Amino acid sequence: MPNLGIEVLFRGTNLLRLLGGLWVAVRISLISTAISIFFGLMVGMLMVSKNKFLKLIFRLHLEIVRIMPQMVLLFIAYFGTTRVFGWNLPAEVSAVIVFSFWGIAEIGDLVRGALISIPVIQRESALALGMTQYQVYLYIILPQTIRRLVPLTINFITRLIKTTSLVMMIGIVEVLKVSQQIIEANRRTSPNAAFGVFAAVFLLYFLICWPISSLAGYLEKRWFQP
Amino acid sequence: MDMDVMISYLPLYLDALLLTVRIGWQGVLLAFFIGIPCATAVHLKIPAVKRVIQIYVELFRNTPLLVQLFFLYFGLPKIGIHVSAQFCGILGLGLLGGAYMAETFRSGLENIAPIQQESAQSLGMIPLQTFRYVILPQAVSSSIPGLLANVIFLLKETSVFSTISLLDLMFTAKDLIGMYAKTTECLLLLVIFYLILLLPVSLLGGFVERRLRYAEFGH
Repeated sequence: MPNLGIEVLFRGTNLLRLLGGLWVAVRISLISTAISIFFGLMVGMLMVSKNKFLKLIFRLHLEIVRIMPQMVLLFIAYFGTTRVFGWNLPAEVSAVIVFSFWGIAEIGDLVRGALISIPVIQRESALALGMTQYQVYLYIILPQTIRRLVPLTINFITRLIKTTSLVMMIGIVEVLKVSQQIIEANRRTSPNAAFGVFAAVFLLYFLICWPISSLAGYLEKRWFQP
Repeated sequence: MDMDVMISYLPLYLDALLLTVRIGWQGVLLAFFIGIPCATAVHLKIPAVKRVIQIYVELFRNTPLLVQLFFLYFGLPKIGIHVSAQFCGILGLGLLGGAYMAETFRSGLENIAPIQQESAQSLGMIPLQTFRYVILPQAVSSSIPGLLANVIFLLKETSVFSTISLLDLMFTAKDLIGMYAKTTECLLLLVIFYLILLLPVSLLGGFVERRLRYAEFGH
């Protein structure tokens, strides 16, 4: 049985540092999620409006984030803007900008999908019952839309958390960078640390994302299966 | 913007694109080979196998590819399993994609109305026939948009291969920026080359989605 290098995790403050790194990743995704949901709701509502120009803009925005890898966007936001505009954005700010840019488009599209998926008959029936336009929106359309949205949005949040692992590429010290540092620092005493530490990071990400995505699956099952 | 510089970089980017395509399509192919049988096994409820597949799917769907690659590339050699960077990339992409494909295809299989199965049985089809002629074609056609979305997702994910020192587009761009500091030109080329790689797949996705609705009612 070769040495798995797990003991490195329990030496000194290594485990705490790893968790601190994880917090950086989670913090970035929390801020980006909040921004994305707020503006995504607006974008989604605008996308079902009749304005052709707005629709085109948002469509283009969505296609850009769907096609460009997030890593490319990060590089543009962090290195590109410095060169072209002379902005000196901190790495964490550019990460939040990129993830929000991505999240607004994706959540906007989810909102759009949820809004148009409500059958027309719901609206017509409500009107036939004598509800005002405002009541129809508040009591009929909105609750159903939100119900459809919640599981999808939760799923998106896990994608966001997973994607934050890329921010080490623009110099943010998050969990992967910390684990590299720990491995380097203990190279002499435990040369096999890479196995144990990366396995730990793997599990940490799993422990964060799995409950969240299970919740989404559970809600979907409970709300949408007869 | 320096045109000459960009032209002189073109061959490097082209090589990188070819590498990305080569690893990308092998990874995607592996993902299909892992994902489709896994989904079928879960759907057919093969006892122990089902449990193992579910654990695999949850593990790989809930962790980033970057972490998986680090574990495969830097972690495994420590316990005596040495793999080349390229093999690592293909394997990582295949395992990640397999989990996603399995999930997509499984929901395609599950979303078929029970009446289809019952009708087939009442027509005297044996379970194998029911699966082959009734369930499978409908599941394939209804999950194709999802599967193609996964392909795009996987090709995008190849951008993290630069971290395990594969000379892909991202690596080339990063390297050239580091050496000659022509940031704008390098990033522009990077965007253009990713468009060349992904735009056709994305367009194909839209096209196939419109054409392959034959199993739905009214088409």
